[in-house]
Amino acid sequence: MTIVHALEGRYLRVAVKGDLDLKTAIPLREALDKLTDRYRDRHLLLDLTEVGFVDSSGLGVILGRHRRLMAQGRTISLSGVRPSVKAVLELAGIDSIINITHIAEGSETRRNRPQTKTST
Amino acid sequence: MNRVQLRFLSQADNVGLARLMAAGLAGQGNFTLPDIEEIKVAVSEAVSNAIIHGYDNRPDGWVEVVMELDAQGLTVVVEDWGVGIEDVAQAREPAFSDDPERLGLGFVFMESFMHGLEVASTFGKGTRVRMRRLITEISHDAQ
Ligand SMILES: Nc1ncnc2c1ncn2[C@@H]1O[C@H](COP(=O)(O)OP(=O)(O)OP(=O)(O)O)[C@@H](O)[C@H]1O
Ligand SMILES: [Mg+2]
Repeated sequence: MTIVHALEGRYLRVAVKGDLDLKTAIPLREALDKLTDRYRDRHLLLDLTEVGFVDSSGLGVILGRHRRLMAQGRTISLSGVRPSVKAVLELAGIDSIINITHIAEGSETRRNRPQTKTST
Repeated sequence: MNRVQLRFLSQADNVGLARLMAAGLAGQGNFTLPDIEEIKVAVSEAVSNAIIHGYDNRPDGWVEVVMELDAQGLTVVVEDWGVGIEDVAQAREPAFSDDPERLGLGFVFMESFMHGLEVASTFGKGTRVRMRRLITEISHDAQ
């Protein structure tokens, strides 16, 4: 698992690459807590574009960060959620607690499409 | 019919190994890619439980995974010789966990993503989880 972070306005964007399971749960939790402690005025945006697998150990980290940040008046949102990961989040009911931007089925490249505005 | 058996120590690295084996074997059958993703989650949950709960995160316990593919589906058996479960019915309840940091969703995922789950456990002796996923649709790119 690797992690890349960037500051984007009011958000701390953390892009994760790899599987979120028993092996990566503790390193992910520690990395996210360290980053969110460092940037105390930002909300967390977890970019899961490069995450192909999440199980209950990974969900535990995500929900744990949600609770921790909520207690500080901050939010966590997920972006780049793949269909396979989406199924797991939905079954856990996490999609009703945390704001999620999905990747549409079979169109994983669409995420980078620029917003086009038509003026009349 | 095909059958594979994997025996490994109770270490977190091996959860991914078990998932890979499951995906590889399921790929030999007429499962769709979303089917295989769900099978991977179920296997990951059972193996993680063996490591986390069965062996209390000790790295020196044996976990055995046996998988059998037939024309109708895939059977997965995950066994550990760890602490065992005192009350299986309670353990299988959604959101039940002996660890406040955990969500208690492992059995929920196994139940939802597979077509049948049996949990046999002897307190103090170990746990055996058997689950089966049926092939529900014929995928067109299958040989
Ligand atoms: N192999 C096992 N050996 C001993 N106890 C187990 C085993 N598998 C499950 N259990 C018990 O059953 C409970 C429920 O398991 P389940 O996988 O549903 O939730 P969890 O592992 O606690 O949390 P999560 O899977 O969401 O991380 C566990 O908390 C544990 O007490
Ligand atoms: Mg579990």
